[in-house]
Amino acid sequence: MATPVMDKVEAESAASPYITVTFRVRRFNPEVSAEATWEDFQLEIDPKERVLDGLHKIKWDLDGTLTFRRSCAHGICGSDAMRINGRNRLACKTLIKDINPEKPITVEPIKGLTVLKDLVVDMEPFFQAYRDVMPFLVTTGNEPTRERLQSAEDRERFDDTTKCILCAACTSSCPVFWNDGQYFGPAAIVNAHRFIFDSRDEAGEQRLEILNDKDGVWRCRTTFNCTDACPRGIEVTKAIQEVKRALITRRF
Amino acid sequence: MSSDTTTATSGIGPVEGGAGTAYGVDNPAPVIEAPRKRTAKTPRSTRGNFEMAAWLFMRLSGIVLVVLVLGHLLIQLVLDGGVSKIGFAFVAGRWASPFWQIWDLLMLWLAMLHGGNGLRTVINDYAERDMTRFWLKMLLYTATVFTVLLGTLVIFTFDPNIR
Ligand code: HEM
Ligand code: FES
Repeated sequence: MATPVMDKVEAESAASPYITVTFRVRRFNPEVSAEATWEDFQLEIDPKERVLDGLHKIKWDLDGTLTFRRSCAHGICGSDAMRINGRNRLACKTLIKDINPEKPITVEPIKGLTVLKDLVVDMEPFFQAYRDVMPFLVTTGNEPTRERLQSAEDRERFDDTTKCILCAACTSSCPVFWNDGQYFGPAAIVNAHRFIFDSRDEAGEQRLEILNDKDGVWRCRTTFNCTDACPRGIEVTKAIQEVKRALITRRF
Repeated sequence: MSSDTTTATSGIGPVEGGAGTAYGVDNPAPVIEAPRKRTAKTPRSTRGNFEMAAWLFMRLSGIVLVVLVLGHLLIQLVLDGGVSKIGFAFVAGRWASPFWQIWDLLMLWLAMLHGGNGLRTVINDYAERDMTRFWLKMLLYTATVFTVLLGTLVIFTFDPNIR
């Protein structure tokens, strides 16, 4: 009765989910060279796994010097936005099978921010723009003794922009931001939108004034790169246009 | 082995030179500054309604230009024999009427300011160095002002009897 067992083992190995994938990673180490270079890694990986799993395999089994950010690994913390096959995505939400594993998968740091090492960029200019729009509730008068109530419709008005995880996929996909990094960028505008259209907030006018800057909403060229890049499916470009409209209609 | 520990010129750090030159507390790795950080010290004087006005102007002038430019192209290139009819007499005949004078004057100003502002955005979006950006804009503004003034002068001082 050994034969059936053999058959089963053979069938199982024939149906192995593993395939060989090439990861083409943009490497940069300022302590070694001022130039960034591409490095290829061959991996045995289940195509139902994610790009982040591939990066883990590289870091844990092949080359421990590979440097990248990740924390939650489940699309919530926004640490691992990177340019995968030329598009900004979260490595932890991108399945290998969805991005054509036949060809080498390119993995680069997001554009427009200074690369510190490999896939790690300096997020400081990005967070500076975020802080500039005052991303916190501003109210006057006495604190209520209970929750600040709001109708379901009022909550719905800014629901979309509450989903932002500050991964910088949108801002670093914006060609205007790539140029000189002075543009506030989609993410900061999205987070301003979240408070400008919140009925409980009282600093909407102030935030609109901040975004009426030379490098504010008016630099948006409506390319929709940000909407395409957002891993949370936020309608980023729409939010920016709503801020533009608010600026015009509240003034005239 | 060189004892030079700066990496600014070659980009090849002393790490590659082997033991003894590795980065550490006394020999820190070079700091990479982010370009043009927006910090608390950056002046806040960049706010104002100019960019909003420019944005609105692009849309409003665009709407008017649809009528002016398409009408212009139709008259000049399609109706009444097309381009072959255009000559000094044709222009003189049209500019005899204040209606066409105003039409052309409006088209000149709107198209020049619209196109000029459009190119200003293009320069802002593409020029990488401040000096390049500054001089390209100066060239643009000079050309725009010159063309608008020259065109206006011609429309107002046009003499059909000139020889
Ligand atoms: C025919 C009617 C026209 C309409 C409806 C129109 C509309 C527009 C609008 C809405 C924009 C702003 C785009 C943005 O902010 O992203 C724009 C940009 C621009 N327009 Fe026009 N326009 C017209 C005619 C013209 C003419 C005659 C010129 C040349 C003299 C011109 C040159 C430009 C340039 C250079 C830009 C900047 C391009 C950019 O920002 O990407 N347009 N136009
Ligand atoms: S690791 Fe947290 S968003 Fe991907």
